[in-house]
Amino acid sequence: MAETRKIVLDPVIDNNPVMLQVLGICSALAVTTSLLPALLMCIAMTSVAALSGAAISSIRNRIPNNIRIIVQITIIASFVIVVDQLLKAYAFETSKQLSVFVGLIITNCIILGRAEAFAMSNGPGLSFLDGIGNGLGYSVVLLAVATLRELFGAGSLFGAQILPLTSNGGWYEANGLMLLPPSAFFIIGLLIWAVRVARPKQVEKPEYQIHEVHRTEVL
Amino acid sequence: MPDDKKPGFSRDSISNTLMVAIGVSLVCSVLVSAAAIVLRPLQEANQNEFRQRIVLEVAGLYEPGVPVAEQFGNIETRIVDLETGQYVEDVDPESFDAEAAANDPKLGVSIPKDEDIAKIGRRAVYAPVYVVKDGETAKQYILPVRGKGLWSTLYGYLSVEPDGKTVSGLRFYEHAETPGLGDQIEKEPWLSQWPGKKIYDEGGNPQIEVVRGSVQPGPDEIHQVDGLSGATLTANGVTYLIQYWTGSHGFGPYLAKVSSEANDNG
Repeated sequence: MAETRKIVLDPVIDNNPVMLQVLGICSALAVTTSLLPALLMCIAMTSVAALSGAAISSIRNRIPNNIRIIVQITIIASFVIVVDQLLKAYAFETSKQLSVFVGLIITNCIILGRAEAFAMSNGPGLSFLDGIGNGLGYSVVLLAVATLRELFGAGSLFGAQILPLTSNGGWYEANGLMLLPPSAFFIIGLLIWAVRVARPKQVEKPEYQIHEVHRTEVL
Repeated sequence: MPDDKKPGFSRDSISNTLMVAIGVSLVCSVLVSAAAIVLRPLQEANQNEFRQRIVLEVAGLYEPGVPVAEQFGNIETRIVDLETGQYVEDVDPESFDAEAAANDPKLGVSIPKDEDIAKIGRRAVYAPVYVVKDGETAKQYILPVRGKGLWSTLYGYLSVEPDGKTVSGLRFYEHAETPGLGDQIEKEPWLSQWPGKKIYDEGGNPQIEVVRGSVQPGPDEIHQVDGLSGATLTANGVTYLIQYWTGSHGFGPYLAKVSSEANDNG
């Protein structure tokens, strides 16, 4: 069971797909202005990661090498479309806010990355759990970013007002920057910094040392 | 990589490549089309309910918790010929899709360049209107409007008083304007300025305008709405789309008819 635990929990902090591998950033910028769409996006992403991992893994011994990426993408895309259709049927309002971003899960590098790196060489059960684990890792970051953005950008959480806004007679002046995509970049950057302070093992060695220029070289 | 199980089986052979490609495509397409077909009725019901809810909201009648279809009982959907302003009886309001019709060579017309201030290119010959009724008398006329903002096409409903000249409400339900700036157009504080504004000047020309900054006291006050700081182009888009749809190429003839009927009865 130790292995299962590791597969599911490792990607949450120690090997987080967003914070350590810096994958899947695009959707993290787009859907995190408020918590509800972010939560729905996490559920969609996690289920696609788990299901496509299991499906790809179960036919991994038959997939020809030269078309393997196409086969993986076809399977991933099908699951994404199914999830998108389900959202439109059962969570209509929120799926309107997510607009194209559910569809863009197809191009999320985390999913294809896990298919290539894990599902192609492990059994369906483990691949399913690996998908859940990486989905959770993605979700942790998305929800953290969305909490900060919604709280400071709109003074609310899940749409419920926490900080009364000055525009409604309260004391909190909403921070408009939080509602714009760059703020998600800043928050993710700060999260990466915080995690690397806590886990110094994650800090990479600089690949390039800035060269000190001496006067003689310039001349 | 695990070894292939059967002797003589090569997964990179052409036959296996073809088999996997065809097999995966088949299974995936069945999965996708099954999901699309099974879920379609639910999705259409959602879409319909959403539209009805926005109509109720713009009419100021929406009550959360009560089924939308029930609340929609007092609202009658009619189809109007925009050119004449008369009701058309032989088009089914339930199935009429104004946007699809706009692109149809028979059911749509292209809008002349100088008229097309809302920048939508084409519109349908007919348009739905929602008449809010209290018994037999009409309380409000709700008109679908659309036009370009800064980034996107804005879709909304304009509600007009029975006199055909006064705004009773405005709502947008679909747009992709800048979050925090342009998206104020769907928020309450700004929208609450609209009720009571007069659509036309004395000559009957659409005069409603979102100004820059805030409305100054003066004779034009009744036609004007405060601007949105940081979202001037979105606000201009709103001005143009309201002026287009209330103008002679939009619902102008229909509103004129409604207005003269109100005078006859009053």
